[in-house]
Amino acid sequence: MVAIDRRTVLRTAGGAGLAALLAACSGGKGATTGDQGSGSSGEIRALFMKQAAYTEADVTKMTASFTAANPGIKVTPEFVAYEALHDKIVAAGPAGTYDVVLIDVIWPAEFGSKKMITDVSGQWPAEWKTEMLAGAIDTAEYDDKLYGVPWIMDTKYLFLNTQHLDVANANPQWLDTWEGTLKSARRLKQSGVVKYPFIWSWQQAEALVCDYAQLLGAMGGKFLDDSGKVAFNAGGGVQALEWMRQTIVDGLTNPASTQSLEADVQRVFQAGQASIVLNWTYMYGAANDAKQCKVVGKVQVAQTPKGSVGRPGVNGGMALCVTAGSKNQAAAFKYISHLTSQPEQEKYALSSLPVWATSYDEDAVIKTNPAVVPQAKKQLDDLILRPQAKSYNAFSQVLQAELQNALLGRKLAQKALDDAADKANSLLQS
Amino acid sequence: MRKFQYAMCGLLAIVVLAPFSWLVISSLSPADELNNGSLLPTHPTFSRYQDIFTSGTDGIAGTFRVSMLNSLVVASATTLISLVVGCLGGYAFARLRFRFRRTTLFAFLAIYMLPPIALVIPLYLALANLHLLDTQLGLIVTYCSIVTPFCLWTMSNFYLSLPPELEDAARVDGCSRLGALVRIVLPLARPGIVATAMFGFLLAWDEFLYSLIFTSTTNSKTIPVAIAEFTGKFSSDFGLVAAGGVLAALPPVLLALLFQRYIVNGLTGAVKG
Amino acid sequence: MKPVRVRGEGRFALFLLLPAATVVFGVVLYPVLRTLLMSFYKVDSAMPGSYPFAGLSNYAKVFSDPSFYPVLGHTAYFTVVSTAAELVLGMGVALLLNAPLRFKWLWRSLVVLPWALPTIVNGALWRWIDNGQYGVLNQLLGTEIQWLGSPFLALNMVIVADVWKNTSIVAFFLLAGLQTIPNELREAAVVDGASTWRTFWQVVVPLLKPSIAVVLVLRTIEAFKVFDIVYVMTGGGPASGTQTVAFYTYLQAFSNQLFGYGAALAYLIVIAVGALAMFYLRVLRQNQMAGV
Repeated sequence: MVAIDRRTVLRTAGGAGLAALLAACSGGKGATTGDQGSGSSGEIRALFMKQAAYTEADVTKMTASFTAANPGIKVTPEFVAYEALHDKIVAAGPAGTYDVVLIDVIWPAEFGSKKMITDVSGQWPAEWKTEMLAGAIDTAEYDDKLYGVPWIMDTKYLFLNTQHLDVANANPQWLDTWEGTLKSARRLKQSGVVKYPFIWSWQQAEALVCDYAQLLGAMGGKFLDDSGKVAFNAGGGVQALEWMRQTIVDGLTNPASTQSLEADVQRVFQAGQASIVLNWTYMYGAANDAKQCKVVGKVQVAQTPKGSVGRPGVNGGMALCVTAGSKNQAAAFKYISHLTSQPEQEKYALSSLPVWATSYDEDAVIKTNPAVVPQAKKQLDDLILRPQAKSYNAFSQVLQAELQNALLGRKLAQKALDDAADKANSLLQS
Repeated sequence: MRKFQYAMCGLLAIVVLAPFSWLVISSLSPADELNNGSLLPTHPTFSRYQDIFTSGTDGIAGTFRVSMLNSLVVASATTLISLVVGCLGGYAFARLRFRFRRTTLFAFLAIYMLPPIALVIPLYLALANLHLLDTQLGLIVTYCSIVTPFCLWTMSNFYLSLPPELEDAARVDGCSRLGALVRIVLPLARPGIVATAMFGFLLAWDEFLYSLIFTSTTNSKTIPVAIAEFTGKFSSDFGLVAAGGVLAALPPVLLALLFQRYIVNGLTGAVKG
Repeated sequence: MKPVRVRGEGRFALFLLLPAATVVFGVVLYPVLRTLLMSFYKVDSAMPGSYPFAGLSNYAKVFSDPSFYPVLGHTAYFTVVSTAAELVLGMGVALLLNAPLRFKWLWRSLVVLPWALPTIVNGALWRWIDNGQYGVLNQLLGTEIQWLGSPFLALNMVIVADVWKNTSIVAFFLLAGLQTIPNELREAAVVDGASTWRTFWQVVVPLLKPSIAVVLVLRTIEAFKVFDIVYVMTGGGPASGTQTVAFYTYLQAFSNQLFGYGAALAYLIVIAVGALAMFYLRVLRQNQMAGV
């Protein structure tokens, strides 16, 4: 793992017991260029997530159809919570435990630059680049190299409680713009149908950056300028944060927002205690589950509202990658290709929407979720990407902390973002 | 005085039971009532417990059942091993004089002070090469390295509270040092051993980070990790977490009920010995 | 009282300590040394490879890192307040449980209850109780306070959750210590006309010092490396107000893959807690205590 090779450790420690232990450990692969393998046989271990998108049952069925066609390859899928996914990939990297891993859109730069996942640009058929949604390709791309194949498409949509809007006499059409959304929220508040029309996932976590990205994009802001320097502390970036803070000051946003994650937003919305929220695709299914929800049948999903400049949704896609430590890279890529293939994805469109552009016009796909697919078709065409930077996680932590400073009224938006920019610029350079 | 004491007992009961009963209530509230914040559910439901006990092992709730067993095996084995080596080693610290005694004790304590985060990656690599990832044995080995320093530290202090005259008497009667330890000291230290075992068991039962990284399937996943999976970015049923929590608390509480007599009464006996 | 020096004690000690040493150091020696070495290199990935030697610069970076000081402050506050609260409350509970009460088993079992709850659940429970929107705490108090909504209040709420759970272990260890104090000593003091309060300070506390030292050291170590409950309850927020050293180490080492820096942070934790532990033992002057 370190320059510290085994001999150095031995010299330093010099203990016989340690030598024995190290000998036992010397099977470490440590390779950054994995073996190709024959591609027709071998064992593959794959790391997926539970909770959302394709279910464990879906993946098991997809895998079964793959192994039926490739009887020489044995696949073992494993599932962990999204929250554990990153750390698991990091810990398993040096040991080469997994051949295939599922990564979030914000990780290809990190894992690619640290040589944990394999550059598969050469294996990409040329037509994929045109047949996939542009935003999908971003989930696997860093530095003009492709580190995997996109598999899951997601973004944040606007969910509204139509009953609340009716009572408050607010026109759902207004929600086409953020300005109109604000107007509706005021109307909702006045009518007393809810105390706080908005709740957001603004806890100090990645979820906060996702909401911010969507507003920043709508108001014409940018995370980075063309030279790669921080640009969120000017124009739309500042306006977005000021807008967010103002909704708290005006009592339109539930003050619990700064301690809430996506799941809390869902909970409050489902209890009918919020009227307009942003959330991922999964909430539509959850909000229409009569068992856990009192707003069934009153939920409408729409594109994220338009700002002064546009209406990009935050890119929340995920991609499947071959790890650098895999001994069966060819077979692993074959497996990934199967899972991400258009026919396979369309079969499970109910769980997660395909990365293929033409899928959104297929009746079979639309039928799985008629309320969502047409909105998705429009929204997934227009996505904003969080910076593809090696040190994105550190960048995001800095940004989260300063966004919270502004949301809690401890700093003015401009000051908070300037402070974040200072730190973030030095992170991006290192 | 007596009245005051009973009043304090009442207060203690409230402070302990209020959050705990909220946990129980939440585990029985249907999701929609839970989200409304009603104090008492109008339609209590046992469905979450039912899920946990009846659903297939591939579901999230079903995984819980298996992880309960994993946790029991891992925590019991860890406690047993750590306790045995801790009882032996603790005695050396309490009664024997040898070079580097202080240094050795602090070396053990220093291991306990290191945050697990610092060791996760190299440990993962070592376990991977020994093929112990995602196995109960791998977790047991890892947990012993945390629980043993705890046992050493507490046991050595329990030994110190025992009068040394008894051992000396046994030695005069011709007992070897080891014989005195096994026949005289250990029986006297029983309450200390039980208390140490109980808290050592809970240390292992409670551990989260190592388990999160080292386990991935029902082969070895432990309770804290299984419960953590109930909640996350895309799922939100606190009731299920609560139900899991109630069930996870049961084995340690039963153990405590079973052994509390030894923990406390025994101690008195030991000292007056 | 002093152990008699017997020839071969060293060998017997080795015999007694060898199993423990094997179980502990056999497992952790390699990771501990590897991490220690790593703290002297500029390691910025989990993957193997050549990383430049960094000397002490990772350690130096800790002290020039502006984010580190607030984090250290939170940790110090958390450690001092939670340990002190647990000690005071634990002492009260221990004295209570030591009194001749009816239903003793009931009260004693009650005290174990919070400790039996896994930290992960305890954190989720308090996050739920403290929720500003539908939390039961606001409902009971009839307030609308965002308990986890401002940095300092949130830190204190995390402490409340920690104290609720961990007072148990303190109470039990002190109770065990109390039982070793012969009743005659206290009765004698009372006969001499000492007040309850004076008896407590002049008879009970001095005899309890060994137990106090044990729990102080244990709780300080645990508090200083607190991670799980922060991870679940607040994720380090709001505005980084509940980030502790261990949580910060996690962010640096795992999320940001700055393993060299994370290793340096981890060793500084050991040095800080080690110093604290020695300080306690010195202050409590437990000369007959193990190791001192």
